[in-house]
Amino acid sequence: MKTFNRVFTVIVFLFLYIPMIVLAVASFNTGTDIAVWKGFTFAQYGALFKDGALLPLLLNSVIVAVISSLAATVLGTMAALGIRAMSPRMRSATMAVTNIPMTNPEIVTGVSLALLFAFVGQMLKINGIMGFATLLIAHITFNLPYVILSVMPKLGQMDPNLRDAALDLGCTPVQAFFKVIIHEILPGIISGAMMAFTMSLDDFVISYFVYGPNFVTLPVEIYNYTKKPLQPKIYALFTLLFLVILVMMVLMNLLQARDEARQRNARGVFGVRKGAKA
Amino acid sequence: MSKELIRLVDCTMAFDGETVLNSINLTINNKEFLTLLGPSGCGKTTTLRIIGGFLKPTSGDVLFDGARINDLPPYKRQVNTVFQKYALFPHLDVYENIAFGLRLQKLPEQEIDERVTEMLEVVSLKGFEDRKVTALSGGQQQRVAIARALVNRPKVLLLDEPLGALDLRLRKDMQQELKRIQQQMGITFIYVTHDQEEALAMSDTVVVMNEGLIQQIGTPEDIYNEPVNAFVADFIGESNILDGIMREDFVVETFGRRFQCLDKGFQKDEPVDVVVRPEDIDIVPVKDGMLTGTVTSITFKGMQYDVIVDFKGFKWLIQTTDSPKVGERIGIKIDPDGFQIMHKSKYSGLYGDYSSFSEEYEELSDAEYDPENGEEGETREASDGE
Amino acid sequence: MESKRLASPYLVWMAIFTVVPLGIVVWYAFTDSTGAFTLGNISRMGTYWPIFLKSIWLAILSSFICLLIGYPVAYTIAGASPKGQRLLYMLVMLPMCMSFLLRTLAWVALLDDTGIINNLIRSLGLKPLPLIRNDAAVVLGMVYNYLPYMIMPLYTVLLKIDRRLTEAAEDLGCRPGEVFTRVTLPLSVPGIISGFTMVFVPAVSTFYISQKMGSSGTTLIGDVIESQFKAAYNPNLGAALSLALMVLVLACVAIMNRFSDGEEVATI
Repeated sequence: MKTFNRVFTVIVFLFLYIPMIVLAVASFNTGTDIAVWKGFTFAQYGALFKDGALLPLLLNSVIVAVISSLAATVLGTMAALGIRAMSPRMRSATMAVTNIPMTNPEIVTGVSLALLFAFVGQMLKINGIMGFATLLIAHITFNLPYVILSVMPKLGQMDPNLRDAALDLGCTPVQAFFKVIIHEILPGIISGAMMAFTMSLDDFVISYFVYGPNFVTLPVEIYNYTKKPLQPKIYALFTLLFLVILVMMVLMNLLQARDEARQRNARGVFGVRKGAKA
Repeated sequence: MSKELIRLVDCTMAFDGETVLNSINLTINNKEFLTLLGPSGCGKTTTLRIIGGFLKPTSGDVLFDGARINDLPPYKRQVNTVFQKYALFPHLDVYENIAFGLRLQKLPEQEIDERVTEMLEVVSLKGFEDRKVTALSGGQQQRVAIARALVNRPKVLLLDEPLGALDLRLRKDMQQELKRIQQQMGITFIYVTHDQEEALAMSDTVVVMNEGLIQQIGTPEDIYNEPVNAFVADFIGESNILDGIMREDFVVETFGRRFQCLDKGFQKDEPVDVVVRPEDIDIVPVKDGMLTGTVTSITFKGMQYDVIVDFKGFKWLIQTTDSPKVGERIGIKIDPDGFQIMHKSKYSGLYGDYSSFSEEYEELSDAEYDPENGEEGETREASDGE
Repeated sequence: MESKRLASPYLVWMAIFTVVPLGIVVWYAFTDSTGAFTLGNISRMGTYWPIFLKSIWLAILSSFICLLIGYPVAYTIAGASPKGQRLLYMLVMLPMCMSFLLRTLAWVALLDDTGIINNLIRSLGLKPLPLIRNDAAVVLGMVYNYLPYMIMPLYTVLLKIDRRLTEAAEDLGCRPGEVFTRVTLPLSVPGIISGFTMVFVPAVSTFYISQKMGSSGTTLIGDVIESQFKAAYNPNLGAALSLALMVLVLACVAIMNRFSDGEEVATI
């Protein structure tokens, strides 16, 4: 059974990574047809960096991802702190609202925001309201729950008396946050921010409904491209992005490992003490 | 000594419509060691948090040195707290934990150093400055927590079940230590615990609380010797609580027999609760007994035997150094000062006899383990009792 | 106490950009292009019923396949060493961070009539297979894209199962297979429900996968909604369809939550 599970798992991982391999291989192909291997070349990478259109689109995606994930991190961390201080009833109501973007189909979120923006545009007589601002608002909105859901557990693990202890010793509430609380929940804030960033960078469905012609992100452009024949330099871009995200993930992992090791350490000491007594 | 420092006036606290404190009035004097004692959920921690400034009473006033401080946030109060499970800052070492409050006051580095060093001496932790607090034992963490609070020279130190997470022996040592520190520093200690032995051993004044109400305030001796109602009698120490009738001053009738006692001022023929402590009962030969009963169980406790005796179906607990046999008929004798007469209260009849003794005793001796973490969130680990 | 107010900016934000937009969806669904009240959009839902059914059917099928594939994988990950767990979990997460458009296109390149697999088959002198533009291809696309959403909650739940429980079951006489069916599986039900929901919701509402890997016969509800907001601009009908989809999804989630005995269903 165990061997079966292992072999099966390896096969599933192969299944998950086949498309990556196909795209990575295609990025070194001299031919333009992804299905036909013509020969090895780095030319697509060269073309990518000379391309005047793709990189600015990537830059657009990064700009939206950075700003929206930062904004969501600040807003979401504040919200998580506030939610913890709420009465149970208020808290569950707030969490229900938080879960709306998580459980709602993305297309509904995108459509509903598109209708809101169109409605506001009509009210204020703004032609072409869709653009950077609408994109940013949409991204912040779907990023917020990720931050909250990753900060809340860290707050829950924290001894609630730590905040009281800081206040008791003379901290104002703001000082208590920056001198004490943030040290306890930082891993949650960072992983929330990273999650928000990657979600935002790769978002297509919601962006597709709220972007404007003046500000296009990479996934939206890829969708529009795929209606035409695909340019092979996109494969090169994909391969590079894959590497970047791989590095980010490994970093996140190391951070997590350090955090867990720290917690284990603290527990270990008590374990020794109790053991010694018995 | 008896200068008033803190006064709670009609303090009521309700969370989501549920009353946790019901119109509490309490005066705390300067340099006093006062203990709030009661079972989980009785409102003792809430009272402490009101004094600390972490909760604002729903109604009523908190006075400090005569001034109303209801709206004063914790960081402006001359009060410091030792929290349950210590709440030490895990990212700071021992020295920085203790220096935390002083740094916020922006004191010169030299003064900080002097005061931290002084406190480390007071709590016997010299040489531990650079240790990580997560690498300390429970007792050492406890000392850091005390030093961190005291270094700010508060007028009042609040202690919220500070010894709850320590094992029995360490707890006894720390009780002595805390008493010594309190006398050395000459400040007021307000101490919260559910452990009656701890309360009796350390306090100048004990405040017994239950269901958001103060049941009795007094010295440890008063509380033990003259409980005001069945709750206090049952909560503090072991007691046999009997139904009785006060026939006249100094005469109480129970079990169909009149006994001499030292209490007066009741109405004639008033129904009362009669408390007899297990150690105030002497076992005598049947012919000399005021009452006679049958021994139903006997447990060796080291210093004494716990003997359960059946008197007409009502089971008494007697603590004695004699060891009668199970099934033996014995007589008992109680001196007049062995009776404590109490007016009937809502707690009358709630605390039955000792027929389910063994289970009840387990619960009591295991009192520091509290499976119900009431609304006060009193979570603590089971002490691995000896 | 006062820190409750820290959540206010968030609450305001969510009110404006989550709750109000849903209200506008409802409003559009019940009005026509002039803004007058109408039930016309809703009454047209009947026409789209077969498409709804098809979407639900393919989404449920995909969720089941994900469960069958995902459970052994999650089980293996949860049983690995802490280091191995972290690595494997990362490998599950990683594909989700990459452009799902391009990954889907890679599948097209593999399965197309002139794609990699069929080229291979042809070079062996065999007849090419119809691998794409059918229901099976759409299901494959869904399973491929949403499998990590199944594995993650299953892994989380399996990890939390106290080892002492399975030991206790063995102690009480369970054979290894029985330990699984009597203890592990029942305890992992919340993870199954959660994973099922997390696969079902995006699968039932997808429009890209069906466009690329399906045919005109596999038009899904997501495609119809998309076209109402893009090609055939009719936001009122689009809103009505979105509303119907939302109600459908909420109903499915509610039914599935029933199965987990009111236990909180974990999201990511």
